[in-house]
Amino acid sequence: MNLAAYFTYIATFVLMFLGLFIVMARGNLIKKLVGLGIFQTSVYFLYLGPAKLVGGTAPILSDAFKVYTNPLPHVLMLTAIVVGVATLALGLALVVRLREAYGSIEEDDILAQDQASAGATEAA
Amino acid sequence: MNWMQHAPALQVVAPLLAAPLIVLMRRLSWAYAIAVAACALAFFFSIGLWSQVQSTGVIAYAIGNWPPPWGIEYRVDALNAFILCLVSGTGMAVLLFSRSSNAHEVPSEQRYLFYAMFCLCLAGLLGMAITGDAFNIFVFLEISALSTYVLIAMGRQRQSLFAAYQYLILGTIGATFIVIGIGLIYLLTGTLNLVDMGQRLSQVDSMRPVYAAFAFISAGVFLKLALFPFHNWLPNAYTYAPTTVSAFLAATATKVSIYVLLRFYFTVFHLDAITPHLPLSLMLGALAIAAMFAGSATAIFQTDMKRLLAFSSVGQIGYIMLGIALFNASGLTAGLVHLFNHGITKGASFLLLGLVVTRLGGTQMSHLSGLGKTMPWTAFGLLICGLSLIGVPGTAGFISKLYLVRAALDLGLWWVALMVLLSSLLAVAYVWKFVEAAYFRPPPEQLPPSLANVTTWDMRLMALLLTLSTVYFGFDTRFTLGSAQAAAQYLLGAH
Repeated sequence: MNLAAYFTYIATFVLMFLGLFIVMARGNLIKKLVGLGIFQTSVYFLYLGPAKLVGGTAPILSDAFKVYTNPLPHVLMLTAIVVGVATLALGLALVVRLREAYGSIEEDDILAQDQASAGATEAA
Repeated sequence: MNWMQHAPALQVVAPLLAAPLIVLMRRLSWAYAIAVAACALAFFFSIGLWSQVQSTGVIAYAIGNWPPPWGIEYRVDALNAFILCLVSGTGMAVLLFSRSSNAHEVPSEQRYLFYAMFCLCLAGLLGMAITGDAFNIFVFLEISALSTYVLIAMGRQRQSLFAAYQYLILGTIGATFIVIGIGLIYLLTGTLNLVDMGQRLSQVDSMRPVYAAFAFISAGVFLKLALFPFHNWLPNAYTYAPTTVSAFLAATATKVSIYVLLRFYFTVFHLDAITPHLPLSLMLGALAIAAMFAGSATAIFQTDMKRLLAFSSVGQIGYIMLGIALFNASGLTAGLVHLFNHGITKGASFLLLGLVVTRLGGTQMSHLSGLGKTMPWTAFGLLICGLSLIGVPGTAGFISKLYLVRAALDLGLWWVALMVLLSSLLAVAYVWKFVEAAYFRPPPEQLPPSLANVTTWDMRLMALLLTLSTVYFGFDTRFTLGSAQAAAQYLLGAH
């Protein structure tokens, strides 16, 4: 098996696992979003890698061009990139608000503060 | 021009266009009026589509006149016409309720933006339900999800921010899993049209990528529909969101995700080809039964009524999935009826809690004590909803549990029927917790000054309407059962 021929697939799945791992393993809210971004980026590779033909052109109806690349996956991924940007922007905005409310962007800190305030209301 | 002919597109476009219009207007009263108009249009069109599907069958609508499978197709059939009615109907009730309830629960400078987000969320959910294009499902899913995160973060307490963040992470992972699954099928078949995908997948030789796609899509949708043990985002989201948002999410968001799961399982994947290699019924059934017990048992130990209802939702989603896991007509019918009945029951419960929040300032059990004296009608309404969650005869919840037990017994699965009854006993325990607080404890000595915290007539009317429908659908099952049966038949005949 020629590993080089599968390069894009391997890169896709390495990025996918790395991204998901960072989301799960990191407690810092910004780092989690970075992981999420990497995870989403791997999907662009998944769509685009198989869609590109070496030497392919845009689909033009002319005898001069025989080999062409399917443009649809590229268009789909443009949409997915927009969705990814929106998600990241909203996530970062939430982190800013969280920092204002809790004074921290560490998941453990925030959960501990919530637990402390929940205990306080129950005691009262 | 015949407007009804464009109903499939218009009912998504109306709320979608209303959202930016609201942001431009900025005036709260205008924002509210535009949102109500868009939502009413969507409700009107979905009722129209439902009746049209009853008489003529499937409606196919090519967006921009591009014929499918190249263009995006909106496809309305017996299943999603039913879902559209549920989403736009409860959306309407929640929206009319929100005008006065938001005054207490949403910061004043964000109130007009609430309506923009609400319209976007509604457009996303309706779009997910109506579209016949796999990638379009993902786009609408993200539209509804992103607006939901914002809506949750509008809650009064700071915990709502973290609840929104948690949901954003898990929701995005879920959506990305779904888009990976769709990508794998696209690579296999070269099409994005769901019906076309289904036809081409049956001619695929190698099943391994199909299993991978199946696993990705299942896991992604399980996250979105909060099937146990993928439910971690749900309790915090429902607890800390403004009450109107909790009502809307509980009644619609998880339900539309269940619809997406059904659509993929029955229209795209051929279950006949997959079930021999994968004990799907057993896997889904085990998760569903685990959800029924874990959700209801955790609900018993909650001290916040909203949180209690959130865990009860995790349990109730278990019943819906159990019906689906039986993979036959009666099981699917039971699951779909429960989808509708649980949607309106939970919507009604959260709206009634919205009245409690407005009047008493919170939903802790300490706020609720003596509710039977301070707010007798609201307490009685919550009691009716509680009975429906248990499945007592005379309420909507009874009908769906009856059909679920019957479907299990038809297959000779008496132990599954027993599980349904046993887990309902847990529901008795958590509803009793409310009853004890409301009827057997004295009201707090210092009630909040009543002048500032009056519930208005539109709130009370909407809460009353949804509560009454919880009872109504316990007696008149023509709409719910008829639609669910037609949908189940359609799904099983489609492949």
